[in-house]
Amino acid sequence: MKSPFTKGLLDGIPIALGYLSVSFGFGILAVRSGLTAFASVMISLTNLTSAGQAAGIAIIAAGGSYFEMALTQLVINLRYGLMSISLSQKLDDTFNTPRRLLIAYGITDEIFAVASAQKGLLTARYMYGLISVSTLGWCLGTFLGASAGQFLPASLTNAMGIVLYAMFIAIVIPPAKKSRGVLAVAVTAAVCSLIFRYLLPQVTGGFAIIFSAVIAAVMGALVFPESGEAGEELSE
Amino acid sequence: MTLVIYIAVMAGMTYLIRMIPFAAFRRQIRSRFFRSFLYYVPYAVLTAMTVPAIFYSTGSVETAAVGTAVALVLAYFDMPLIVVALAASAAAFAAGFVFPFVH
Repeated sequence: MKSPFTKGLLDGIPIALGYLSVSFGFGILAVRSGLTAFASVMISLTNLTSAGQAAGIAIIAAGGSYFEMALTQLVINLRYGLMSISLSQKLDDTFNTPRRLLIAYGITDEIFAVASAQKGLLTARYMYGLISVSTLGWCLGTFLGASAGQFLPASLTNAMGIVLYAMFIAIVIPPAKKSRGVLAVAVTAAVCSLIFRYLLPQVTGGFAIIFSAVIAAVMGALVFPESGEAGEELSE
Repeated sequence: MTLVIYIAVMAGMTYLIRMIPFAAFRRQIRSRFFRSFLYYVPYAVLTAMTVPAIFYSTGSVETAAVGTAVALVLAYFDMPLIVVALAASAAAFAAGFVFPFVH
């Protein structure tokens, strides 16, 4: 009989492997926007999120305000709030407040997906195993990516810059095929983002993402209201 | 020093979004509008982040366009995230050897 912690570790290995390559791409982007390998790993360790970190380093590179940073992280990572609500319904008695505070750190798209798919209630030890191995993969990949510029050819590190964005495409396209609402939201967000970038360049990166996303999501909620359970469709 | 504040703001906000509902929430959200809005936010955010930034992600718009096309096709056929991500990168890498001869 495996202990819950060991089971969490084993379930986390595929997540960690996926994170290795994606965070490798993040590490490359981070160093390219002027950060050190140490700062890149610190960002990965304290944030544990792909989209928020990618937007964050862009704001740092552009010298954006702290307010812009906070608001951008709020909008981009709002989905975690939804996942937290969903997971909070599935916790067993071992989850006292300190453990909730600790485990909240590790709620990502992939960890949410694996944890939600477990039969029955979640134990704190299982979540520790799942989160620790995933975090290790995320930070290790960041370090390797950030250091890679020194020993890999530019042609390779340049090509790795697309990894994160390709993953975003892989998250959006499958549901967009099935749901007209998701498709309409994605197209609206893309059009808004293009308008901000090329016609209203005075709106800086973080705000352009926030405005585009809020316009598109409000449009989706008004024109294509969703009846499904909040949170469940976010798992990949 | 500025960098430390940036990272603290990033990490603090990201943690609070995860922690507050996780520690406090006991009921389901009822508002249909708000639930629909939250449902669409991830797709809206990811798309706004990707377009047009993906075309500037490899240092060459041509190789990035090839990588994007490969990602779109593989994602359309429901390939796993990791396959889409690495194949797009491999395609951009390969395209890097072709385009110097085209120009």
